[in-house]
Amino acid sequence: MKPIYKRIIFFVAIIGLWELGARLGLWAEIILPAPSSVFTSLYNGFENMTLVYDLIGSFRRLFIGLAIALILGTSIGVLIAKSKTADDTIGSTLLAFQSVPSIVWLPLAMMWFGLNDKAVIFVVVLGGTFVMALNVRTGIKNVSPLYIKAAQTMGSRGLDLFIRVVFPASIPYFVTGSRLAWAFAWRALIAGELLTTGPGLGYTLRYASDFGNMSMVIGVMIIIGVIGAVVDQLIFQRIEKSVARRWGL
Amino acid sequence: MFISINQLNKQFLDKNENAATVLKDIDLQINKGEFVSILGPSGCGKSTLLSIVAGLTEATSGKILVEDKEIKKPGKDRGMVFQQAALFPWINVLENVMFPLKKDMSKKDAEAQARKYLKMVQLTNYLDHYPHELSGGMQQRVAIARALAMDPEILLMDEPFGALDEQTRTRLHGQLEEIWMETKKTVMFVTHSISESIKLSDRIIVMGTRPGTVLTDIKVDLPRPRDAYKTEMVEIENHIMSYLKKEIDKVISEEQNHEANI
Ligand SMILES: Nc1ncnc2c1ncn2[C@@H]1O[C@H](COP(=O)(O)OP(=O)(O)OP(=O)(O)O)[C@@H](O)[C@H]1O
Ligand SMILES: [Mg+2]
Repeated sequence: MKPIYKRIIFFVAIIGLWELGARLGLWAEIILPAPSSVFTSLYNGFENMTLVYDLIGSFRRLFIGLAIALILGTSIGVLIAKSKTADDTIGSTLLAFQSVPSIVWLPLAMMWFGLNDKAVIFVVVLGGTFVMALNVRTGIKNVSPLYIKAAQTMGSRGLDLFIRVVFPASIPYFVTGSRLAWAFAWRALIAGELLTTGPGLGYTLRYASDFGNMSMVIGVMIIIGVIGAVVDQLIFQRIEKSVARRWGL
Repeated sequence: MFISINQLNKQFLDKNENAATVLKDIDLQINKGEFVSILGPSGCGKSTLLSIVAGLTEATSGKILVEDKEIKKPGKDRGMVFQQAALFPWINVLENVMFPLKKDMSKKDAEAQARKYLKMVQLTNYLDHYPHELSGGMQQRVAIARALAMDPEILLMDEPFGALDEQTRTRLHGQLEEIWMETKKTVMFVTHSISESIKLSDRIIVMGTRPGTVLTDIKVDLPRPRDAYKTEMVEIENHIMSYLKKEIDKVISEEQNHEANI
């Protein structure tokens, strides 16, 4: 049997048992609402557009934050790959920053920017920048010396060498860096939104929780999970695979 | 002299900062249009010598002159083909061959030039393939076309066929010989295959090891193609073998001594 069928059967069985348990009243609705009521909540949420605005709000913050993170991360990565001094100073600091969950910065960000979008975007930027920088650095440092030698014998050096050889040769690492940056940024975004104002998926999640609307809580959780998985598997992992194949990795 | 290598020395510093002499007092004169093989046991410094001529490695002392101009840096007058094809995997065959041409000519001219040399290595049907879609032998032909496309005076080849199977190698020998006769490049060809060097070269520089020195310089005066001169080729092979045998024995006994000392 193909894995896809196994997966479908598995999910159908889980949802079926879950619905059955809820219908039989094995647990209180407030503890774990039935899949059907989760579905109804989601349906209503999309119909009255609140979830649509949440999605737009979340993605706006995500895209702004992620774009800044990728640009900033790439710049820092190039800098620390090229300059030994920068690597010894900034490079080692990055590792320390990378090991701190970026949501830790939110209280500070709220003092700086107020309780608004900017604070969340700041946390998203921090979430993505460090992994991107570290991957870009690794990529540039790992460019095969053979490519560089070959290019030099063909009259390429300096900026031309960087743009035409070093940069494209490290693209696999850029892709991995972007994938990880997206994953960290997505988590940071939701965490940040839980603690600030909406519209946004994280905000709606907390709002629903405060009002005991558990079917909405689970609905939003599902949206968050599905988006995370879809972007990672359908977009990034595919690009990563095709790049790895072409680059002969 | 076209290429003139004078009193060339190269030392590498090892972990303990001790200088190890890899090339010692190399003197070598090469005429324009000559096909010269550099032959020697593994580790004798063939690649190092070629890399210094390419301008990729700095000599410790001594000079290399090409047409009386001293070589310090890599340049388009010297094309290099490595043992691994070193093609860029992110661009296709045609773009790989156009790589060295981009700055000097219009895109159209560069493409025409690249096509011309890809035709010479018989790869016209693979222009839009990516390197990972080609066999090792095809990749190496692209690398040769790429080096030729910038029309260098000198072609430096470091065991270009070393990683290929026997049949592919034989076929590429034929192609390289034709290309060389057609383009009249000066070739420095590094190999550790005696028969390969006899088949292809006007002259064979036999190198000894530890330190790398020129043992002897053998002229091969046979008409091309040389397949019809088997007996003469075997004679030269035996002659070269007598030089290399001593070197290989030297390497083996040194390694045994080294092991005994550990
Ligand atoms: N960058 C380097 N640093 C230190 N030692 C080096 C370096 N490059 C080469 N060597 C040493 O120089 C010697 C000659 O190396 P080289 O690669 O030129 O040999 P070769 O004749 O091309 O051998 P092969 O036939 O195996 O390719 C070797 O002993 C090697 O260990
Ligand atoms: Mg070598």
